[in-house]
Amino acid sequence: MKPESRDAVAAALADPGERGVLARGLGRSYGDAAQNAGGRVLAMAGLDAVHSLDAEAATVTVDAGVSFATLSRLLPSRGLFVPVTPGTAHVTVGGAIAADIHGKNHHRDGSFCNHVVSFELLTPAGDRLTVEPCDDLFHATAGGMGLTGVVLSATVRLLRVESACMSVDRERAGDLDDVMARMTARDDQYRYSVAWIDCLARGKTLGRSVLIRGDHARAEQVAGGGPPAFGASHLSAPPWMPPGLLRRSTVRAFNEAYYRAAPRHETGRLEPLPSFFYPLDAVRNWNRIYGPSGFLQYQLVVPDGREDVLRMSLERLSRAGCPSLLAVFKRFGPQRTGMMSFPLKGWTLTLDVPAAVPGLGGLLDGLDELVAEAGGRVYLAKDSRLGPDALAAMYPRLREWRAAREQVDPRGVMRSDLARRVGLT
Amino acid sequence: MRNAVGAVQSVLVLGGTSEIGLAVARRLVKDRAQAIVLAARDPARAEPAAEELRALGAATVEVVRFDALDFDSHPAFVDEVFDGHGDIDLVLVAWGTLGDQERLARDRRAAVQEIQTNYTGAVSALIPIVERMRVQGHGTIVLLSSVAAERARKSNFVYGSSKAGLDGFAQGLGDSLEGSGVRVMVVRPGFVRTKMTEDLDPAPLSVGADAVAHAVADGLRRGSHTVWVPAQMRVVMSVLRHLPRPLFRRLDI
Repeated sequence: MKPESRDAVAAALADPGERGVLARGLGRSYGDAAQNAGGRVLAMAGLDAVHSLDAEAATVTVDAGVSFATLSRLLPSRGLFVPVTPGTAHVTVGGAIAADIHGKNHHRDGSFCNHVVSFELLTPAGDRLTVEPCDDLFHATAGGMGLTGVVLSATVRLLRVESACMSVDRERAGDLDDVMARMTARDDQYRYSVAWIDCLARGKTLGRSVLIRGDHARAEQVAGGGPPAFGASHLSAPPWMPPGLLRRSTVRAFNEAYYRAAPRHETGRLEPLPSFFYPLDAVRNWNRIYGPSGFLQYQLVVPDGREDVLRMSLERLSRAGCPSLLAVFKRFGPQRTGMMSFPLKGWTLTLDVPAAVPGLGGLLDGLDELVAEAGGRVYLAKDSRLGPDALAAMYPRLREWRAAREQVDPRGVMRSDLARRVGLT
Repeated sequence: MRNAVGAVQSVLVLGGTSEIGLAVARRLVKDRAQAIVLAARDPARAEPAAEELRALGAATVEVVRFDALDFDSHPAFVDEVFDGHGDIDLVLVAWGTLGDQERLARDRRAAVQEIQTNYTGAVSALIPIVERMRVQGHGTIVLLSSVAAERARKSNFVYGSSKAGLDGFAQGLGDSLEGSGVRVMVVRPGFVRTKMTEDLDPAPLSVGADAVAHAVADGLRRGSHTVWVPAQMRVVMSVLRHLPRPLFRRLDI
């Protein structure tokens, strides 16, 4: 249902029925985080007022349904930008809090909730609370996958920027050791850093990558006029793709071309914000390229010192010939918010995998074990296949979170398919 | 909840002593199914299978009494299972009998019993099951039909017509559930070498129960509506289905 007011949201929580209630933003989670089979789902994106924008203090107060697309239109002209953004602008502030999202700047700025000054939470009991980082409820809700109540609005500390452009450096790394060495050595000099990794490369070139790092361009860098503005997207994936188009051979060819096309080393290239942060948003319905059987995403993180798990994961995927078109590698910094937040200091690897790959379940179950044993975890906001056994091993603060959730939602009003599947609640 | 690669967590097997049913259950447990309910007419006979599933790693395996022919007991049975286990992700309809055609064609009582077991009993159990699945908003119903459902043959038309009824019911049911979150998957095996068929000569393209289990797992991963085992049976039956009657009648099948 689409609540048109806060009172309507409160009314829905007061009458949860047998199967409970869940708030949903723009539905960009790859799995079942924003689904509630048999129950009610509140489409929150309609409640999207921008309450106040304080350029002086660099803060904004918005309804939870406000999207990053709205913010990224509103902010740059005022010399401001969202402090943390995911790879698509089509997420809401409420969703960003529920998943405690991270971006290419996690090594430096932490996750989204690190920049949330406060939010207003409608609890399952019907109370409207203002929650701040000093509260336990803040850390139960940050990364709490929407199971502690409904976030109504939030005040977020913004980043000051001098231009609406990015200054981007690109370089190639020949293998996994090379890319990790380059990231370890110089990531601190960039606010944003990410590597595209060729998952099909094997042997000596295992982990070959294109490293993309950048900062917001300073005013003098764009004095001569920046790059052309990023117009509205006209690209769209066709409505139907033949199944099996993304097979090992085609992805290998794509990866080879992408790797070769990247400059060996290039510095200071100016790019508009959207093409740096949201490249896939430029192709509408890009997910269709995976054909009717779709794809799933797997994102893991392992702590520093367990780089061996990354190598093993890549080797297994490469051996299985798992054609991952979009594989992304990045360093995380320390994580300060959220009992169930995903990031931890170390390395994260994200993969898109066509769901039609036979034996995929067993392959990823094996990776789960490796990751859990290494003290790492997989990202619940993207997960669509984890089981209950792996969850407790991956999230050591699960018990603490469950206690906090039990306190705020003893009747179990907030429910989701994700919670049912992985046994969160 | 069923996950993105088709693995399920809680399973109700109706026909808890069926070889194919158990082969599917074993396969689902290997794919991480945690809670299994085996429903059998004679629970004691399902105990060894329950033990085996526990050893394979299922967290809970329960054996309950279920009689396909005791129609009036079905609603209470379904409520008990769903109330006791929370969401059921997958219901496997695996029971069935294959009587001797010569006898069935002459023995009215035996023929009616076969039809009631294979068809009427399934309809009677499925209606309350579907009701519960609609409420939970998700779930998969897997029915063991047969290639015999595609075109009844003179050599087993009592069995064939019971499966044809079941198959047709399942297809229509599946379509009527579109959008409810509940899906129906019809499995049409050819000749499966089990105790039900041990007195018969294996037909061409015969398979073991494990092949059916594998095909079911594959169908779950793909979200299929119909699964033929082996896959070539689809082509074979398509040809047979379109044979003119005078020709079909003469075939020794």
